[in-house]
Amino acid sequence: MIEIKNLTKKFGKAVSLNNVSVNFNKNDHIALMGANGAGKTTLIRLMLGYYHPNDGQVLINGLDPINNRIDVLKNISFVPQLPPPISLNLDDLLSYIEKSSDTKREDIFYYAKEMELDLQGNMNKSFFKLSGGMKQKLLIAISLAKKSDIMIFDEPTANLDPKARDNFYRLLKEIRTEKVMLFVTHRLDEVESLVNRQIYMDLGEIVSDEKI
Amino acid sequence: MKNLLLIAYLDLKESLRAKWFLIYSLVFGGLIALFFIAGITESQVMGFSGLSRLLLMYIQITIVILPIFILITTVRSISGDRDNHTLEYMLSFPISLSQYYWGKIIGRFVTVFLPVFLAMVIAVIFGAMKGAEVPWSLFLLYAGLLFALTSSFLGIAFLVSSIVRSSEMGLGVAFFVWIFLLSFLDIALISLMMQNRINDGVIIAIALINPMEVFRVAAISLFDPELTVMGPVAFYILDMMSQLKFVLFSILYPTVLGLLFAFIGYNIFRKKDLV
Ligand SMILES: Nc1ncnc2c1ncn2[C@@H]1O[C@H](COP(=O)(O)OP(=O)(O)OP(=O)(O)O)[C@@H](O)[C@H]1O
Ligand SMILES: [Mg+2]
Repeated sequence: MIEIKNLTKKFGKAVSLNNVSVNFNKNDHIALMGANGAGKTTLIRLMLGYYHPNDGQVLINGLDPINNRIDVLKNISFVPQLPPPISLNLDDLLSYIEKSSDTKREDIFYYAKEMELDLQGNMNKSFFKLSGGMKQKLLIAISLAKKSDIMIFDEPTANLDPKARDNFYRLLKEIRTEKVMLFVTHRLDEVESLVNRQIYMDLGEIVSDEKI
Repeated sequence: MKNLLLIAYLDLKESLRAKWFLIYSLVFGGLIALFFIAGITESQVMGFSGLSRLLLMYIQITIVILPIFILITTVRSISGDRDNHTLEYMLSFPISLSQYYWGKIIGRFVTVFLPVFLAMVIAVIFGAMKGAEVPWSLFLLYAGLLFALTSSFLGIAFLVSSIVRSSEMGLGVAFFVWIFLLSFLDIALISLMMQNRINDGVIIAIALINPMEVFRVAAISLFDPELTVMGPVAFYILDMMSQLKFVLFSILYPTVLGLLFAFIGYNIFRKKDLV
């Protein structure tokens, strides 16, 4: 589903990703690990078409994520490393998501409930006024409701309490078949039961890639 | 199209709730209120009717402060979204970059244009109620000028946002652009003129590349069809074109300029790393 070939990304002279090649296929549930600054987020941003690679290419279902942005992103759910301080209120944020990506509001509500997040009482609040954990819960609920074939989570559980983490992993187990799931994590023990492939990165390269 | 309007609508809603918008509306509304309180409509100076005089003062102040308002708030919001990763999240949904960019521009245009325009409309209604004669041709010209002013500086603001990497940098550049167009350019041209080495006509033509200068001249052009207040400058301008042509130019040129900047900004936005 995802083909990455000889991908290199530099910022100025600093090489953040150095000639990385890797494929992710259906039913790959991957823990992506590595020290801070190893290039994990950079790899994800290239998959989402945010960065122009210096060399090599990314293909998602055969499509380039920059030139075929819309078709590629229809199929991807993404939860970023830190919830951004979006100033839209929840109602508007959900409208944006519904209209831009055919996600159903009732599905977002369903998953929010599963994540024990009270949405209804907060619809007129700005997103950035939610607590850190609530923001993350909502972004997770949105990513699940979007029902994509590719799910990318860049350390999504940093602000979640243990119960919320359990809920999150339980929901992922329910929907993971036939999908590519990519978790960036620093704590393998947490996602161990969920993943079947472990990739380590260091200094912009993949240093190990094992299927379990 | 659906997404374009969605982005515009959401940007509009976001602005309406933002503090800068409140201050912005208060400044322009307050300006008009102040003029009325000061009794400008009642005075008869230089033979202008009261309402015309009020509109002239309003437009002259607006020409100076509207650009900096547009530049600062727009650059702050657009590059701020990038700095704090809001853009990264919003663009992870399947929306095209052109819809996002142009949607933002439309949303911004409405938020910026409507308050300054409505303040003027209120002035006219209020003035008419007090029995002043409404100078319609002036009102139309100024509406056009406000439209052109908004377009040109919005275009510059989006271009700056596309080029700079951080909102701090953007604010610096925005402020510089404003000060440059507002006075440095004039000072430079005046000193050139005094050195008498370059033909005055050329210098004036260069001055008229600056949209801020165009607005300044256009704003008084209806009061003074021969542009006598402008001294020798008027001679050259009217030599180049008739008064009607100049009025049209003063609206069309900045609007087109704004669109051009916006297009360049879009191309940079599309071709650079997004976050
Ligand atoms: N936009 C950017 N401009 C300049 N350098 C960048 C940019 N993004 C990332 N880098 C650099 O690229 C390298 C890899 O960064 P990246 O964010 O991919 O690391 P990471 O593996 O996600 O780390 P972490 O675990 O801390 O999130 C770092 O050295 C970082 O400084
Ligand atoms: Mg990271």
